[in-house]
Amino acid sequence: MKTPSILMAALLACAGTALAADIGQVKVSKGDVQIQRGATKQSAKVGMGIQASDVVLTGTDGAAGITFTDNSLVSVGPNSIFAIDRYSFDTTTHAGEFEGSLKKGKLAAVSGKMVKQSPEAMKIRTPSAVMGVRGTEFVVQVDEQAAQRP
Amino acid sequence: MKRLGLLFAALLLAACASEPRKPVAPELFVVVPAKDGHIGTIVVESNGQKKVIHSAFGSERIKPDGGMVSANMTRDQVHEIFADTVDALPGRPASFTLYFLEGKDELTPASKVELDKVFADVKKRPLPDIMVIGHTDTVGGLAYNDKLSLARAERLREMLVGLGIPAERVGAAGRGKRELLVPTDDNMSEARNRRVEINVR
Repeated sequence: MKTPSILMAALLACAGTALAADIGQVKVSKGDVQIQRGATKQSAKVGMGIQASDVVLTGTDGAAGITFTDNSLVSVGPNSIFAIDRYSFDTTTHAGEFEGSLKKGKLAAVSGKMVKQSPEAMKIRTPSAVMGVRGTEFVVQVDEQAAQRP
Repeated sequence: MKRLGLLFAALLLAACASEPRKPVAPELFVVVPAKDGHIGTIVVESNGQKKVIHSAFGSERIKPDGGMVSANMTRDQVHEIFADTVDALPGRPASFTLYFLEGKDELTPASKVELDKVFADVKKRPLPDIMVIGHTDTVGGLAYNDKLSLARAERLREMLVGLGIPAERVGAAGRGKRELLVPTDDNMSEARNRRVEINVR
């Protein structure tokens, strides 16, 4: 009986380290939402873990909402590409950095604990600009379709 | 000398004409007031220009020629463009504090009533993550209070799991008398320190 419980503990510890790499979680997923991690792409499901350097891609009917470990909230609208370039957060000191790129489409966000701790710890890049976030709620659009219209 | 200047100007014009600037995708940045009315600040930097936005629905637009335009938008204008995106934002993280009877892991009558609010909030979330942190007042030793604070947190955790929240989504931890809400001397009975914090997101 002792062996299985040790095994169980080992498994749990293992699951713990896997979870440690997660910086956020998909809380909302509507329509076509894909998460690209390295070379692989998979459909986003509610509850799925998000890691630094993941890219969120949505189709015409897609939208996704993600909660991050510092309580930042980010949602991505239809026809969008949002890349998480860097993310770190220290739960003790609340120091951290969050850098994302909205390549196209729309994004809404509510900044979290790291921005409260140090303004502009969160940055969103777009093709033409860099936005520093001092707090709290904001929206961003990169209207690529308008650029393609003659 | 004059001729040289003219030549230079002509060359400059030619250089400009031969390399027309490619139009960029228009961009839009807007500060949205929070539910509690708080208005934040964002700083947009583009083409060497830096613009600070800190008014409700204050916006900065980047035009196809790369120029920046500041404007105040209306709630309706922002809603029209961003409603589908804002609707996908996850529920705001919430925090609750519940209080306990002295030396016990039993809630005070007032906090038993308050518990319904916590349950209502948790039920609204499709996939809640919950962390329960227990605390004590300074009556008793460190080890005793560590154990009591954990028992308080575990008690709440059981209730939440009983409500149907998957056990792996609810964490419990005890901080003993290390994190007093109201600072007191040691061995002081203080109702406001006998508590759990419940963080939900």
